[in-house]
Amino acid sequence: MLKEAIFSALSNNSIITAFLFVGVVTALSYWISNHMTNGKIHGSAIAITIGLFLAYIGGYISEGNKGLADISIFAGVGILGGAMFRDFAIVATAFGVDLKHLKNAGMIGAISIIFGVILSFIIGAIVALMFGYDDAVSITTIGAGAATYIVGPVTGTALSASSEVIALSVAVGLIKSILVMIMTPFIAPYIKLDNAESAMIFGGLMGTTSGVAGGLAATDPKLVPYGAMTATFYTGVGCLLAPSILFLIVNTLIN
Amino acid sequence: MVVYGVALLAFCMLVGVFLGDLLGKLIGVDANVGGIGIAMLLLIIIANKRTPFFEINAITKSGVNFWSAMYIPIVVAMAAKQNVFAALSGGWMAVTAGVLVVIISFLMIPLLYRLNNRE
Repeated sequence: MLKEAIFSALSNNSIITAFLFVGVVTALSYWISNHMTNGKIHGSAIAITIGLFLAYIGGYISEGNKGLADISIFAGVGILGGAMFRDFAIVATAFGVDLKHLKNAGMIGAISIIFGVILSFIIGAIVALMFGYDDAVSITTIGAGAATYIVGPVTGTALSASSEVIALSVAVGLIKSILVMIMTPFIAPYIKLDNAESAMIFGGLMGTTSGVAGGLAATDPKLVPYGAMTATFYTGVGCLLAPSILFLIVNTLIN
Repeated sequence: MVVYGVALLAFCMLVGVFLGDLLGKLIGVDANVGGIGIAMLLLIIIANKRTPFFEINAITKSGVNFWSAMYIPIVVAMAAKQNVFAALSGGWMAVTAGVLVVIISFLMIPLLYRLNNRE
C-alpha cells in the first residue's frame, strides 16, 4: 500500500518529480565536485554525465527511446528536458547578451555553420565508405547523421534510405551530441573557448543544439546564448544541403 | 509583475518558432530554421529598447532571469532523456564517425577564430 501511494504520488505529479530529481542529481554532483575532485571538475559537468548514465540505464531497462524518461515515475524528466523547455530556457539566457558581440562575430558565425555542416558530412561519409557502404543514398544519410541526429533521418527519409541506415545515422548524431556534452568543458581551455566569438564558432561547427547547450552549460553558462544562437540554424542548413547538393556531389563521385 | 517577464519570453519564443517554420517552408526544408535564434534576437532587441509606454523593470526581469537560471537544471534533465542506449548500440561505425566528427570540429575552432582575427 505504501509503495503504491509513493508510486502514484510521484507519477501523478511527473514534472514536480522531475524538479526534485534534478535538484537531487545537482546536489550530489556538486558534493562530488567539491569533495572528490577538489572543485576541479565542474558540478554541472558531473550532473550532465550522471544524467547521461541514468539515461543509459533507463534505456536498457525500458527499451524505449527517451532514456530515463521511459520509466514511468521519471516521465516528467522527459518533459522538463524536452525541446520545449530547453528552448525556452535558451531564449531566456539571451537576456543580457551584448548585441555588439553578436554583430562582431555574425559573419564568422554564419560561415562556421555552413563549414560545420559540410565538414561533419564529409567525415561521416568517409567513415561510411570505410565501413563498406558503397551506395550514394546510404553514404549521404550517414554523412547527414554526422551533422545532427535530426538531419540524418530527414535526409534518409527524403532519399528513401533503408530503415537500418536511418537508425545508424541517428546513432552517429547521438554519439556526437553526447560527446560534445561531455568533452567540451575539458577541451575548452585548449581551444580558447572562453569568449563570445569562439562560442559562436563552436555552436556553428558542432551544430547539435543539445550537445552545445550541455557542453557550454558545463564550461561557462555566460557563453550559452552565443553558442546556441548559431547552433539553432545548423539543423535547418543541414536539412537544406544534405539531401540536395551534398547528395548530388556524393552521387557524382560514386558513379 | 513577474508574469510579464515570463510572457515576454513566451512571446519571443513563439514568434521566433513561427518565423523559423516559415523560413523552412520558404526554402523548402522540413525543419525549423533558426527559430530559437530569431527568438533570442527578438528578446535582445526588446530588452534594449526604451520607449515611454514599455519598460522592463526589475520585477519583470526576474521572470526572465528565473528561466535563465533554470537553464542548467533543464540541461541535466535533457541529458537524462537522451537515447544513450541506442547511441551505444549503433556499433563501431557510429562510434568512429561520432568521435572523429567531434575531435576534428574541435580542432577547427581555433583555426576559424584566427581567420577572423587576422588583422
